[in-house]
Amino acid sequence: MPNMSLEKVKMPEQDPNIRNKNFKEVAEGYTEEMAVEEAGRCLHCKHKPCMGGCPVNVKIPEFIALVAERKFAKAYEKIQETSSLPAICGRVCPQETQCEKYCVRGVKGEPVAIGRLERFVADWYMKNGTAKVEKPEQNGKKVAVIGAGPAGLTCAGDLAKKGYAVSVFEAFHTPGGVLVYGIPEFRLPKDIVKAEIEKLKELGVTIDTNMVIGKVLSVEELLNEEGFDAVFISTGAGLPSFMGIEGENLNGVYSANEFLTRINLMKAYQFPAYDTPIYMGKNVVVVGGGNVAMDAARCAKRMGAENVSIVYRRSEEEMPARNEEIHHAKEEGIDFKLLCNPTQIIGTEDGWAEKVSCIRMELGEPDASGRRRPVPVEGSEFEIDAEVVIIAIGQSPNPLIKNTTPDLETNKRGCIVVKEETGETSKQGVYAGGDAVTGAATVILAMGAGKTAAQSIDEYLSKK
Amino acid sequence: MYKIVRKETLNPTVSLMEVEAPYIAKKAEPGQFIILRIDENGERIPFTIADFDREKGTVTIIFQVVGNTTERLNEMEEGEFLQDFVGPLGVASHFEGVKKAAVIGGGLGTAIAYPQAKKLHSMGVEVDMINGFRNKDLVIIEDMCEAACTRLFTMTDDGSNGNKGFVTQKLEELIKEGNEYDVVIAIGPLVMMKAVSELTRPYGIKTIVSMNPVMIDGTGMCGGCRVTVGGETKFACVDGPDFDGHLVDFDQAILRSKMFKEGEQRSRENHHCRMEGMQNA
Repeated sequence: MPNMSLEKVKMPEQDPNIRNKNFKEVAEGYTEEMAVEEAGRCLHCKHKPCMGGCPVNVKIPEFIALVAERKFAKAYEKIQETSSLPAICGRVCPQETQCEKYCVRGVKGEPVAIGRLERFVADWYMKNGTAKVEKPEQNGKKVAVIGAGPAGLTCAGDLAKKGYAVSVFEAFHTPGGVLVYGIPEFRLPKDIVKAEIEKLKELGVTIDTNMVIGKVLSVEELLNEEGFDAVFISTGAGLPSFMGIEGENLNGVYSANEFLTRINLMKAYQFPAYDTPIYMGKNVVVVGGGNVAMDAARCAKRMGAENVSIVYRRSEEEMPARNEEIHHAKEEGIDFKLLCNPTQIIGTEDGWAEKVSCIRMELGEPDASGRRRPVPVEGSEFEIDAEVVIIAIGQSPNPLIKNTTPDLETNKRGCIVVKEETGETSKQGVYAGGDAVTGAATVILAMGAGKTAAQSIDEYLSKK
Repeated sequence: MYKIVRKETLNPTVSLMEVEAPYIAKKAEPGQFIILRIDENGERIPFTIADFDREKGTVTIIFQVVGNTTERLNEMEEGEFLQDFVGPLGVASHFEGVKKAAVIGGGLGTAIAYPQAKKLHSMGVEVDMINGFRNKDLVIIEDMCEAACTRLFTMTDDGSNGNKGFVTQKLEELIKEGNEYDVVIAIGPLVMMKAVSELTRPYGIKTIVSMNPVMIDGTGMCGGCRVTVGGETKFACVDGPDFDGHLVDFDQAILRSKMFKEGEQRSRENHHCRMEGMQNA
C-alpha cells in the first residue's frame, strides 16, 4: 500500500537567518527513515512518465523501489547505470520541469521527491558504499574532452566505461566547470564534486588542468599530433554579457561570473586564509532573474551585505530561476524588485559605484521567447543605493575554440552547430555539447548532451 | 606542478624566474601572458611572458614585489614548484610592415617591452629602445635590452645613471631629431603609457600599449579585466593585452586598478603576520 500523503516528506534545512551567514549546505538531506517514507509515495506506474522527463533517463521507479526496500547500495547501482554524477543531479537539477513534472502523484498534491531521493542515495553511497570501481578493459582508442564541466565529465565517464582512454583538458586549475566556479558551496558542496570526479579518475579518466585548448594546443593538433581518435568540445558558455549601460565599468561592478568565481572557486569567502580578495558593499544590486542571479544574491548576503536586491525586468512568473532557488532567496532576506530595469549605474567622483538608476516596466505582447515583452513605463525612474552591482544577465560561448578551428561551424551567437541526435559537428571526429552548443542552459541538459555524444563517438570509433 | 629552474634577483624588488612549461614554451609569442598560482590557497595572477625557450621548454617571467603573491613568489627558490602555470594567453603582438620602431619600457615594464624589442630586432626592424627607471639602482636587464635593439637609451628620473629625464622626454627628442617611427610600443605604469600616447597623438604615430588589469581566468570568463577602448568595452585577456594607446580610456583604467587595493593590502599584512608568528614560535 503506497504512502498516500499529498505532500513530500519535508527536507530538513538550515534556518534561513542562520544559513544566510554561512556557506554550509542549505538543504541537509533525508535520513534513511525519511527516504524510505518518501519512496513509499511512488506508485510505480507502468508507463514511467517520470523517466521521459529525465535528460539522462535515470531508471526512476526502479531505484525508488529499491530505496523503499532499504536496498540503498542497489538503488545507487541502478542510478549509476545511466547517470555518472547522481550526487550533483540530485542537488541542482530543475526537477519541477523534468522528472517530477510528469509524476502522477503531482496531479493531486506534490509529486514524489525524486531529486531528494536521488541525492539521498548518492550521499548514502558516498558514505557507506564499499564496491571498488573497476577499470574497464582498454580498447586502445583515445578521446580528448575539452572542458571538465558537466557535459565533459559525463561524456568522459561514459566513454571510459566503454574502454576508451579519455583525457579531459581543463583551462582552470580545478576540474568541475560551473559546478565549482559557479554554483555556490551552500547549494553544491565542492567535496561532493571532488568525490564524483575522483570516481571518474578511478575509471581511468585523466584530467589535465591548466590547459587552455585553442591556445596551448588546437583541436587540429589534438587529432593529428597528440594521437586522439575523436574530440568532444564542452567548453561551456563562459563569456559574460553586460547591459551596455553607462557606469558598467565603475569599481564595484562585477559580472556574476567574476563575483561567483572569486567566492566559489577562489574561496574569497575565506579570505585572508585564501589569497583572493573580494570587494563588498553594504548595499548590493543583482541584475537578472536566473539561477545565477539567485546564487550571486545569496552569496552577497552571506558575505555580509545588509541589503541585497534582485532587479529583474519581468515578473516572477517569467523568472528562469528554479522555484526552490527563488523561495530560498526570499527566505534569506533577498529583496525582489520585479518589473524594473537598470538604466545607469551612478558612481562617485573617484570611480566607485554608488547607486543604480532604474525604470519600472510593464508587460506587453509576447516576444520571440514566448514571454511577455517588458516595456518601460515613462517617467517612473528611481534610484537604489548600491556599492556593489552584479550583472547576471547571461553568458555566451567562449570563442577561443571557434577562432582556432576554422572548419568548425558556429551560428550567429557563436554556438557550435551540431546534429542534435548525435552531437556531431561539421568537422569529422569532432563532437560538441553543453552550453558551448546551446548557450547558457542547465547542468542536466549538458550532462544529457555529454551522454549522447559519448554514444555517437563510440559508434563512430567502432566503425573506424 | 611547474618547476622553477632559474631565479635571478635583478634589483632589490624585481626578480626573474624561468619556469619549466614545455607546452606553453612551444606556443608562446611576444605580447602574450601566463597566469600562475603559488599554492592551493593562492590567487591567480597574470604575468607577461618576458622570454621563452622552445628547446628547453621554459618560460621566463620577471616580476616586482608589490603584494602578497609576488612577495611569496619572491621567497621561492630554484628547484621549487609552482602549483599552476597556464598559458599562453592573450593575443600575440603583430608587427607586419614595421621598418622602424621605438620600444619604451617603464620600470618593470621594461621586462615586458624586452621580448617585443627582441622580436622586432630579429625581424630586421630598426629598434630604438628607451627604458626609464626612478634611479640607477633600479635598472634591470640592461644587457639583454642592449642586445635586442639598435640603440638603447636608459633614463633615470634622478639622473643617477648620468641620463636624467623621463622616457617621454627622450622619445620627443628622438622624434624631433627626425626619427620616423612606424610604431611606438609603450609598456609600463598606466600613467606612463598615457603620457606616451598623449605625446605621439599629435604626430599621428601608431602607439601600442600593453594593459595588465586584474583578472581571474584569463580566458574571457570573468570580465574583470574590462578596459574601454574607443568607447567600447574590451576584455584585456582575450582582446588584448595590446591595444591602440590613442583609443584606451586610461583614466578609467587607473581608477579600476584600485578596486582590490585594500584587499591586497590586507592579504599582504596577513602574510607578514603569519611570517612573524613563525619567527616568534
